[in-house]
Amino acid sequence: MAYCSARLRTRQTCSWVGRPLLDQKLHYQTYKEISVKREGYSTEIHIQVGQFVLIEGDDDENPYIAKVVELFEDASELYSKKRARVQWFIRFCEVPICKQHLLDRKPDTQEIFWYDNPTCDNNISVETIIGCVRVVALAPDEVMPIDLKNEKTFFVKLSWNKKKFKPLPPEVLAQLDKLQEDNHRYQKSMEAKTKSAESPSWTTTEHAVKRIESRHSTSKSRHTASHPVTPRARKRLELSNLGFPRTPNTRISQATSCASLDSPGRMKRKVAFSEIMSPSKRSLPDGSQTSSPALKTPEKTRDIQHSCTKDARKTSPDHGMILRTRVPALKATETSEERILTPTSRGRKSSVVPSVILKPEYIKRREGKEPEVRDEAPSTSRIRRKSSILTLNRIRQQLRFLGNSKSDQDDEEFLPAAEISDSDSEEEEASTTPLPRRTPNSMSRNLRSSMKSSLQTPSKTPKKTPQPRTPRDATPQIRSRNLPAQEPTNMLEEARLRLHVSAVPESLPCREQEFQDIYNFVESKLLDHTGGCMYISGVPGTGKTATVHEVICCLQQAAQANEVPPFQYIEVNGMKLTEPHQVYVQILQKLTGKRATANHAAELLAKRFRTQASSQETTVVLVDELDLLWTQKQDVMYNLFDWPTHKGARLVVLTIANTMDLPERIMMNRVSSRLGLTRMCFQPYTHSQLQQILLSRLRHVKAFEDDAVQLAARKVAALSGDARRCLDICRRATEICEFSCQKPGCPGLVTTAHLLEAIDEMFSSSYITAIKNSSILEQSFLRAILAEFRRSGLEEATFQQVYIQHVALCRMEGLPYPTMSETMAVCSRLGACRLLLVEPSRNDVLLRVRLNISQDDVLYALKEE
Amino acid sequence: MATHSNVLAWRIPWAEEPERLQSMGSQRVRHEISFVEMSSRKSKSSNLIQADYVSQVQRILRERFCHQSPHGNLFGVQVQYKHLIELLKRTAIHGESNSVLIIGPRGSGKTMLINHALKELMEVEGVSENILQVHLNGLLQINDKIALKEITRQLNLENVVGDKVFGSFAENLSFLLEALKKGDRTSSCPVIFILDEFDLFAHHKNQTLLYNLLDISQSAQTPVVIIGLTCRLDILELLEKRVKSRFSHRQIHLMNSFSFPQYLKIFKEQLSLPSIFPEKIFAEKWNENVQSLSEDRSVKEVLQKHFNVSKNLRSLHMLLMLALNRVTPSHPFITAADLMEANQLCSMDSKGNIVHGLSVLEICLIIAMKHLNDIYEEEPFNFQMVYNEFQKFVQRKAHSVYNFEKPVVMKFVGTYCPLLSLPSNYILKRNYSLNST
Repeated sequence: MAYCSARLRTRQTCSWVGRPLLDQKLHYQTYKEISVKREGYSTEIHIQVGQFVLIEGDDDENPYIAKVVELFEDASELYSKKRARVQWFIRFCEVPICKQHLLDRKPDTQEIFWYDNPTCDNNISVETIIGCVRVVALAPDEVMPIDLKNEKTFFVKLSWNKKKFKPLPPEVLAQLDKLQEDNHRYQKSMEAKTKSAESPSWTTTEHAVKRIESRHSTSKSRHTASHPVTPRARKRLELSNLGFPRTPNTRISQATSCASLDSPGRMKRKVAFSEIMSPSKRSLPDGSQTSSPALKTPEKTRDIQHSCTKDARKTSPDHGMILRTRVPALKATETSEERILTPTSRGRKSSVVPSVILKPEYIKRREGKEPEVRDEAPSTSRIRRKSSILTLNRIRQQLRFLGNSKSDQDDEEFLPAAEISDSDSEEEEASTTPLPRRTPNSMSRNLRSSMKSSLQTPSKTPKKTPQPRTPRDATPQIRSRNLPAQEPTNMLEEARLRLHVSAVPESLPCREQEFQDIYNFVESKLLDHTGGCMYISGVPGTGKTATVHEVICCLQQAAQANEVPPFQYIEVNGMKLTEPHQVYVQILQKLTGKRATANHAAELLAKRFRTQASSQETTVVLVDELDLLWTQKQDVMYNLFDWPTHKGARLVVLTIANTMDLPERIMMNRVSSRLGLTRMCFQPYTHSQLQQILLSRLRHVKAFEDDAVQLAARKVAALSGDARRCLDICRRATEICEFSCQKPGCPGLVTTAHLLEAIDEMFSSSYITAIKNSSILEQSFLRAILAEFRRSGLEEATFQQVYIQHVALCRMEGLPYPTMSETMAVCSRLGACRLLLVEPSRNDVLLRVRLNISQDDVLYALKEE
Repeated sequence: MATHSNVLAWRIPWAEEPERLQSMGSQRVRHEISFVEMSSRKSKSSNLIQADYVSQVQRILRERFCHQSPHGNLFGVQVQYKHLIELLKRTAIHGESNSVLIIGPRGSGKTMLINHALKELMEVEGVSENILQVHLNGLLQINDKIALKEITRQLNLENVVGDKVFGSFAENLSFLLEALKKGDRTSSCPVIFILDEFDLFAHHKNQTLLYNLLDISQSAQTPVVIIGLTCRLDILELLEKRVKSRFSHRQIHLMNSFSFPQYLKIFKEQLSLPSIFPEKIFAEKWNENVQSLSEDRSVKEVLQKHFNVSKNLRSLHMLLMLALNRVTPSHPFITAADLMEANQLCSMDSKGNIVHGLSVLEICLIIAMKHLNDIYEEEPFNFQMVYNEFQKFVQRKAHSVYNFEKPVVMKFVGTYCPLLSLPSNYILKRNYSLNST
């Protein structure tokens, strides 16, 4: 796919092919075909109506897939006048994660779904088309052809209508099948054209024939561009190729190493063949023919498979050789006639074959035909043959040494990388025999190959060895308990359970207006297919997050009932991030399930939301604790608020923070402007609202006296209006009630006395009790501080000054003389409790002392005795 | 052994005696040796037994004083204990999430309280295998990253390999949150988080850890109870408002709220040997001695003095430890004198002691500094000024003080440099020179 992404970056020029047909009704000029030409590439892609194409998406790895329905020119569009109407297909990874489970089997990697969504925008610019692709329609009960793991082939089996997977409607299936046939015809003709277009580049490379590298690179470009290698061999190559683009010589060398398994006799036979035979013409049909049984016979028997493998193995060296021999052929400037023919036949074979289901006898017939074809195939210069036989013999010996002379595919996979490169270099040596300068070349080649082998090994090893170290797939889970949790046994316990903040009530009382506002906002955005931002503020514990959750819950229910379009909901919390930029990672992960670094995630998200991603449903993002996302450049906030403004982004961002004037205070103008003016402020609860909340939670439980509930509500409303506080107080009051109850088992109601005690416990300052309970020396030190403050008239004194006062006080009260060390210890103890504020004690007698509470409080606390 | 060698030494002159005498003497010596051996074995064995008892007593008591073992008794915190244990039980049995702060000055028994409660909780049937504990300390887990790794490790989640936690900070956080989010009240194991030095966690960036832990305790996720231990009374002011809102505001205060008679009782209890002590007679004697000590007037005086300075039990333990160290086999019981000595050690004035041990030159230098300090009203001064002052002093009393070279003086000042480098310490020295001379 690196190929695709490389193509992406180049500029394209499109031109219509054929005469325009004027559409009467739409006043468009429609066309049948378009040719797309890329800068830097001599290739041209011809796209016709009805073909399947890849379309540039937000993910380089997985471009969108669609079928071209219509090609037309639209003058009303500003940038790209050449438009195409498409029928979308959707990949499994594009299905929202929350819906992925609906497909109860594991999807095939190449499986796509017919996207049955008429609301989806299907008008695209032609320039976004990357290239053609093959799509094979399968009946629902048909087995996925395993061996056809071509990157450019997809299977469609089901359709997806945003709700569920359904088998393809018969008419669609029929249509697709028909298209497929057409498609092949197109492809044939098209590829032929491509090849002819390519030919000039061949002649240019010709001049560099002596340089093996360039020779191989040309062979590669041909190799990968159009020509499907024998699947077996291809697969093998890919296995060793994973994650590391390998140069073609290694491929060839691998192929040769496969060939080494063949008997020398065969080799000799091959050698006996004359050069006159055109290699490319003969061997390639052979390659694709042998591949055919392997392609489309999932039910094939073991021996057939084996023979296929063998065939593939046998033919693969030929491929390598052909690629090599083609250069001299080119050099001889044989005209394109033959060359055009070759890829054509190849293309025809490979594209037609999958649609034909081979019968066993057919395969057998093929096999019977095989040898002769094979015999015809090899044809290279005699000299090279000899040397290559030598090499192959050597390799075979090595293989025998490894004890897998009759190796299977697996064994070949495990060929040590060093050996591959070894055979590679030797192979190349052999291939260069005609050249007189041998030694310097081989020198450099050896160097190269050793370098390669060192490069190969790391790429291989991590694939093979299982990784016990980093548990990637660890499921986050806390151990479950053996003993089930006890259910509440009495009224008070029941009440406590209901009063816990975590207990979610059926509805949120007293937030009806806010609920309605948010609901309307999100619903309208969903219905309009647009995006927007909303800022919600309010002091802690006023139900901001709970209200939004409820809104989302209701909307999800509505979406289930088809009242609003379905949407995806994502929640992030600024406090649950280690760093503001992590928000991208979280959003991306929740959106697509992919992991990425913060920067990459930001890019992907920007791409997703900025480009007209048509096949998406609306995304609703809740950003809690927005102020934590503040950065110096404010880029995180900017992006969050900027994305919804893009056309087609379909992003609704709900943000929550504590401060009402956050946009004005910390945001730059451009950020707060994007946030917009849709704001909402949650006022602190009033006492009647709090009372209503409490009563709604205690509706069926008689545990509280009415006065007690009212008292709690009023107290909290006067202090903060925080519902959490209110609930906590009541919960504590039930505990106190239970604790103070004489008869265990049948506790009475929670009275105001209990509630007052709870309030007292939670809100009373502990400073005074701390002073009352401190030791005599500590108390007299506090007195000394007060005396010193009074003397100096300041609110701060050095330890030395206080010490003098302290000594005097102790003398007056008849206490023993306090030493400096003792007094210092007293001072630091009081400092540790934060009754005093002291400097670090390294300042010794000069450390400054302050009171952390008012002087009156200290006096009050000390006077009590 | 001593007697034995004496005997041998005494025998030496006889070695030169004629054979008869020698044999006579040897007989006598042999007799004497056997006698000495007998008596020494007797005293030795009794001594040995005594030493054994004493070492046992010391071991038991030292363990009691130094470790916050959950086996000891709690003093004056029954109400708080009840509150805490009920809370823990509700989490363990009913799966209720909670958060609580235990606040009290240093040495007031916060850790002991929680240890006691956990021990009792674990003894409840079916709880110990159904509960997870996470112990964190603000002094060890100095940032959220380390704290998260530690939590993950202690919970033994699936991303723990061996003893190590892999992954970045962000990954760990999301993993842990995901893990805790998955649980629910009835089915997942409750987790007890104990955050020692809770105030230090409040200084972490954004208070991310506290927010998340407290948020879990306030939402329907895995049941957790978060217990913070701190000595700061202003702890709630340290919490950010949204963190504070999520905290349940339960506070358990430990205030050393006992009077002197109770303190005396604690003293008695702390020194008494348990009834399981193997040697009953010795234990009885020891306990009798402790009883009489607690009624002794001078002991009461010592304790009162100690009580006045500091009420916490750790300082009492320190005092008792020093007294206990004076117990030897020959001096098997603590006396009032031991306690007085120990008290003296406790309340020793460290800086005064330094001044006591200074040489003449150093004293002279310090006096010089004091003069300077008086003249310049607490302004800082440099070495040259001190040296000049010293020179003047020497000239005045040339007969009594030897005049030292400047480098020598410099060196002397240098040795006390850590003390003298700060101006405050000059002043400090002044005070002490006043006191001691």
